Amino acid sequence: MIELTINGSPHKLDVAAEMPLLWALRDILKMTGSKYGCGMGLCGACTVHLDGEATRSCVLPVSAAVGRKITTIEGLSENGDHPVQKAWLDKKVAQCGYCQVGQIMSATSLLDKNDQPTDDDIDQAMGGNICRCGTYPRIRSAIHSAAKLYREAK
Amino acid sequence: MSFLQKIGVVPNLEKQPEHDECAIENVSRRSFIKGAGMTGASLVIGVQFSANSLAASKSDEFSPDVFISMDKKGTVTVISHRSEMGQGIRSSLPLLIADEMECDWERVVVEQAIGDAKYGSQNTDGSRSVRRFYVRLKQAGATARTMLQQAAAQVWKVDVDQVTIYNHQAKLNNSNKTLDFAQLGEIAASLPVPDKETLKLKTEAEHRYVGKENMENLDGKAIVTGKAIFGFDVEVTGMKYAVIARPPVVFGKVKSLDDSEAMKVPGVIKIIQMPALSPPAVFNMLGGVAVIAENTWAAIEARKKLKIEWDHGANASYNTKSHEAVFKKALQNPPHTVRNRGDWEQAKSAANKTLTQDYYVAGLAHATMEPPAATAIVTDKGVDVWTCTQTPQSAQRNAMGVMQYPQERAKDVNIHVTLLGGGFGRKSKPDYIAEAVFLAKETGMPIKVQWTREDEIKHGYYHSPSYQRLSATFDKKGAATGWYHSMVNHPIAATFNPNAKQAGSAELGQADMPYDLPNIKILNGESDTFMRIGWVRSVTNINNAFAACSFADEMAYHAGQDPKDYLLQLIGKDQHIDLAKDGYQYGNYGEQASVFPVDTARLKNVIKLVANKAGWGKKLAKGHGMGIAAHRSFCGYIATVVEVSTDNGKVKLENITYAVDSGKVINPDRVRSQMEGAAIFSTSLAFYGEITADNGIVEQGNFHDYEMARMSQIPDIEVHIVNSDEPPAGVGEPGVPPFAPALCNAIFAATGNRYRRLPLKQFGIV
Ligand code: FES
Ligand code: FES
Repeated sequence: MIELTINGSPHKLDVAAEMPLLWALRDILKMTGSKYGCGMGLCGACTVHLDGEATRSCVLPVSAAVGRKITTIEGLSENGDHPVQKAWLDKKVAQCGYCQVGQIMSATSLLDKNDQPTDDDIDQAMGGNICRCGTYPRIRSAIHSAAKLYREAK
Repeated sequence: MSFLQKIGVVPNLEKQPEHDECAIENVSRRSFIKGAGMTGASLVIGVQFSANSLAASKSDEFSPDVFISMDKKGTVTVISHRSEMGQGIRSSLPLLIADEMECDWERVVVEQAIGDAKYGSQNTDGSRSVRRFYVRLKQAGATARTMLQQAAAQVWKVDVDQVTIYNHQAKLNNSNKTLDFAQLGEIAASLPVPDKETLKLKTEAEHRYVGKENMENLDGKAIVTGKAIFGFDVEVTGMKYAVIARPPVVFGKVKSLDDSEAMKVPGVIKIIQMPALSPPAVFNMLGGVAVIAENTWAAIEARKKLKIEWDHGANASYNTKSHEAVFKKALQNPPHTVRNRGDWEQAKSAANKTLTQDYYVAGLAHATMEPPAATAIVTDKGVDVWTCTQTPQSAQRNAMGVMQYPQERAKDVNIHVTLLGGGFGRKSKPDYIAEAVFLAKETGMPIKVQWTREDEIKHGYYHSPSYQRLSATFDKKGAATGWYHSMVNHPIAATFNPNAKQAGSAELGQADMPYDLPNIKILNGESDTFMRIGWVRSVTNINNAFAACSFADEMAYHAGQDPKDYLLQLIGKDQHIDLAKDGYQYGNYGEQASVFPVDTARLKNVIKLVANKAGWGKKLAKGHGMGIAAHRSFCGYIATVVEVSTDNGKVKLENITYAVDSGKVINPDRVRSQMEGAAIFSTSLAFYGEITADNGIVEQGNFHDYEMARMSQIPDIEVHIVNSDEPPAGVGEPGVPPFAPALCNAIFAATGNRYRRLPLKQFGIV
């Protein structure tokens, strides 16, 4: 049995220790918000927070997540009103939307540490997230406006 | 009918009705609406677009393409019959109806139609969704509005013109009396449909939603909360997970299989051999060995442990790199003249100077962010599939093929369309749907087939590599007198007919080129094909425009003129180009030339606009360069200016500017987002896009060797939309073709180096 704490709740899973967290979330716990894009840590679609740090769940064995705080998109906010989610809607970032959960998880992890990111900071933090539809400029601008909401909330 | 029309990349004109032809019926009392999931509705309007729609509407054959239904609370549901894959179709089409019907957008719900013949063509390829339906959807909305107005007039016992309809309400003129749509539905449902001639369509100025900014994206909230359901996310009770080891070479077969190690992986349920594929590939399953497991991870791990010996078959002879020489040879004397004006040979012998250059664009994969996935349940009663598909009807046909159902069992095959994590043409090829249906049938279990990224890259329907030769002649004064463009690739047609050899498709950016020269010759060579070839966002416009727009820039340089001025001069006078005069039957994306002409004035206009907005001609920083390109495709006119800088031999994108004339715009923000997306899609292909095969086996497999542009490489993108009253053109694809040539023209301006091959990665400059 693997015991995980996801979005504040404990979960017991009967899975192989080396199963990547992504598949445990999606297939076992039926939390399909985190997406599969490459399975190799190359695209960021599967990004979750591990102790607040943006982490690629497709290459993280569940055993390595034991005893750590896992946050997924399902637990990011109660009503979808996290500043980053708001900014995303406001800038109409999404096209197909498939990559956006991963983008949002990377962006929130950046903003939690740095609420005054420069373009370079953003490019750096978001470099591991691919958007095939091509929403990068809007993501950048949404992160700037979310940063403003972060600062105002302080 | 052209080949692309036949397979549905562009619609078949013969079967398409006139733009405003459709039948609109009040179907509130018809029995079939129950089957369409609209029980509980008070008013239901059905719209059918087919050519014999008028006859059909009078009979039982009336089968609507679009339904507008209203429930007792007044919530209006529009059944959208197009797949959503990021272009905003799901909101654009209903937006038209809701605006014309005077709905409160907050009270409009959009539902995805399931794949069924009763919805007409549901194909979301060819950028034509909005293009085809503009007037008809307006008529449908106006019909509902008029009936509600008549209903209110009945209630108040007044003339219809005493009633104003606004924002989900009827208002009695010169009074405070109002009635909500909810109160009018039942009465309206009992009324006959007004004559189309009597409908008063809103003018552009009266639109409240169409053409306006800040229309919310329907799926936005579901997307940012992770609740949106894509094909990969489908979950049905008792579902098992499948991944498939497919033959590394197309038409390869399993020679021997040892699955003993794979079966030992915990969670593995079954291992099943798929039927082998023989030509033509069409949308059939590739074959191989499927692993069925309790979860995706177990299936992937077990697949690694399969010991399969493959018989690779004849395509194992193929090597992409060495085939380039075969392509080149095929252009020595290309047998197919597609378009011919004047006398090219004559122009060549009379020329003072002839400029000739060859271009090569590598093969491409779709790399949709969400790889293909399908979930199927098969019972005695029929088949249900939940999947991300651009073409639910060909998915239905494919599923019926696997089930060996006769035509009359079409009603037993339901294709439920999820959101698509990107389409780009990949998800109009339902091979993955056939796989899910096959495995569900074989196992009796609900099966979700998921393609890994490697599967998606290694087993695609690729954009073909292409080899092209461009030539121009100049007279003594240096004026251009002739244009020659020959092209060879592996044709898409070969996916459907193994004997097809003529390069395709000249009608996408090669033969319809707009330069007004007295001598023009457009040719296609022939080649064999060794992989599955398909259409990738903007199809052969990618390579055709790359070569043609790069070469125009080379001609400008040769003539010592400014590239933008030269381009305008090459295009010449304002005219609707009559390609038939040059002996060329142009497909025109399935549209009539009278409605969607090749209009040089519009092309020149976007060139001038983009040049102006980008500050063309201004003094640039050292090491910077600007390039321009313009291209018409899918009946839309796009011009692009790219500014690059160079540092230490590396190219960096500095500014990207688009000017778009796609006719009337329904949702300007989605037009902009499509252009932004096209620029970035094109950056990926111009920088990195290269699929190669050795021994018939694709050499790339994931994002480390099939790379994508990243955020740090992309500057802000400016998009300027021409205010136009022309009928709406496609916007999903036409932003792609002009980008790569504008980029390479910019690199030339910055460095003096001309790159005639894509991707640029091979030159070490990106
Ligand atoms: S799926 Fe995890 S990084 Fe791509
Ligand atoms: S929105 Fe489609 S991949 Fe990012």
